[in-house]
Amino acid sequence: MGMAILVNENTKVLVQGITGREGSRHTQYMLQYGTKVVAGVTPGKGGQTVHGVPVFDTVEEALRKFPPDINTSIIFVPAQFAADSVYEAIDAGIKLIVIITEHIPIHDALKFVNYAKRKGVTIIGPNCPGVVSPLRSKVGILPNHIYTKSGPVGIVSRSGTLTYEISYHLTQAGIGQSTVVGIGGDPIIGTDMLEVVKMFEEDPETKYIVVIGEIGGTMEERLAQYIGSGKVTKPVVAYISGRTAPPGKRMGGHAGAIVSMGMGGSYESKVKAFQEVNVPVAKTPTEVVKLIKQYIR
Amino acid sequence: MRLLEYKGKELLNKYGVKIPRGGAIVRSLDDIDILNTLKFPLFAKAQVPFAGRAKMGLVRRVDTIKDAENAARDYLGKVIQDYPIRKVLFEEGGVNVAKELYVSITLDRENRGGYLMLASTEGGIDIEEVARRSPEKIIRLYIDDYEGLRDYMIRGVAQKLGLEGSAAQDFVTVAKAMYRVFTEYDAELVEINPLALTTDGQLVALDVKVMIDDNSLYRHPDISVEDSDYTTEELEARKYGLHYVELTGYVGGIMANGAGLTMATMDLVKEFGHEPADFLDVGGGASKDSVREGLKMLLTDDRIKAVLINIFGGITRCDEVARGSC
Repeated sequence: MGMAILVNENTKVLVQGITGREGSRHTQYMLQYGTKVVAGVTPGKGGQTVHGVPVFDTVEEALRKFPPDINTSIIFVPAQFAADSVYEAIDAGIKLIVIITEHIPIHDALKFVNYAKRKGVTIIGPNCPGVVSPLRSKVGILPNHIYTKSGPVGIVSRSGTLTYEISYHLTQAGIGQSTVVGIGGDPIIGTDMLEVVKMFEEDPETKYIVVIGEIGGTMEERLAQYIGSGKVTKPVVAYISGRTAPPGKRMGGHAGAIVSMGMGGSYESKVKAFQEVNVPVAKTPTEVVKLIKQYIR
Repeated sequence: MRLLEYKGKELLNKYGVKIPRGGAIVRSLDDIDILNTLKFPLFAKAQVPFAGRAKMGLVRRVDTIKDAENAARDYLGKVIQDYPIRKVLFEEGGVNVAKELYVSITLDRENRGGYLMLASTEGGIDIEEVARRSPEKIIRLYIDDYEGLRDYMIRGVAQKLGLEGSAAQDFVTVAKAMYRVFTEYDAELVEINPLALTTDGQLVALDVKVMIDDNSLYRHPDISVEDSDYTTEELEARKYGLHYVELTGYVGGIMANGAGLTMATMDLVKEFGHEPADFLDVGGGASKDSVREGLKMLLTDDRIKAVLINIFGGITRCDEVARGSC
């Protein structure tokens, strides 16, 4: 078995917000997938269990009861209280935090993302579907039935459902994935595409990289620049959504998907950036599979 | 969401930014009498959330109360780019402009930390235009979110803008007020363009653009979506947890789950030769009720000739969507 990135069979998970509707449901799905969910936290609900997982009032208490097992936290806490949970996890010493919660105020996210950076903590999200290394571990809400085959393709994406769609087509074509990372659709996120691509480059199991971007921000342009410097040896294939999105409008739940301020971020700018460094850009989601196949044959 | 000009000015003025005198808001013709206390001529500015108003005839000089009433009658209720004009701002003239500047504060997305102040001596035109034509004329100041915006940093920017004496001091006041609005109101953008330097050395905000993070509205009771760029349809969609953006197309009412998949579906419609008419994201785990409301919006839209539903059955239950669709 290879290595994959971020999550693997050694991942032991704490679920913050475990007693809520989403937290409880996805705890069950993660357990069904085989993820080692060790404990949960909901203030005031300590002593209960959720799908057999013990619940504690604080992160510190959960960690004390399971030393030194817990190394990852997943957060389902509602937006108004989510920032507090992130600080609690960071201060308790957890080194990987996956934030599923959407609608967290951007200014809150900016502050905890910087705090995490200073503390050497990796944050995935907010507003993301999480991370899965197929057949090993899933820390997220990605549907179990899509991730049935491990293999050579690493996926990094700003989207949820679009990622499932592309993953599904890859698996249908017999191409498994090493790790799939949904980095989130907000303007400020903990880990960006470039950082994930660097991890894939280091990961011996990952042979090919799929980048699923969208309009807004300059993450794709900066990634392209890095690829252009020759530091990524593995083939990269991209797909960008939002070609038909009007400028200046926020596209639904992805607050980051907005083209404004003359700071780049348009569909054309991203496609051009990738093409200039010989990264093929698929015109449709299913074309990603075709492009990856050209490298694999 | 983008606030209407008058609301943005109100917030900035609260913290010390000078704005043109007058500043009366007319919501209906019954409000016209409040203009009697102002000094004519006035400028009538239809409150719409997009640039280029002057070219569209939505800014007009009025010399008498009768003129003002006519302007209000022309503007109120008119629908421009799907946006219904709900308010007209009346301001006094008499700002003698010597120079138009640009200044804004935004989130520094590139570095995922802190904020970014942009300033330029090329005010009065779109900053994207300046970025294209003469990028060297854009002054960039990175602001650490812990350190905050300090006076010396602002003085540095003022110097680069060529401001001297009391104008330089005024600029410190302006920048600090912008920073307060930006941080206290969870703004994604606070922009003054143009910031007029008057012939007597004062700084006056002639037009402003403030964008507030929708996610933070629960902690800003004084900010109303009525003062935003949401169209009537978009406000309606919000009530049901739907994300709706109207597009210019004619075909394919698009409903999907997740912003990425919805955009990809729009793009596919375009790829195969048609123009998408909307972006309607029902989100993850949509209920049959929200699906029904979304579908209703699309079916009652005369422009839309066909509806395309694309749901990925992950978290969202396809049977629930099907139930909402019949």
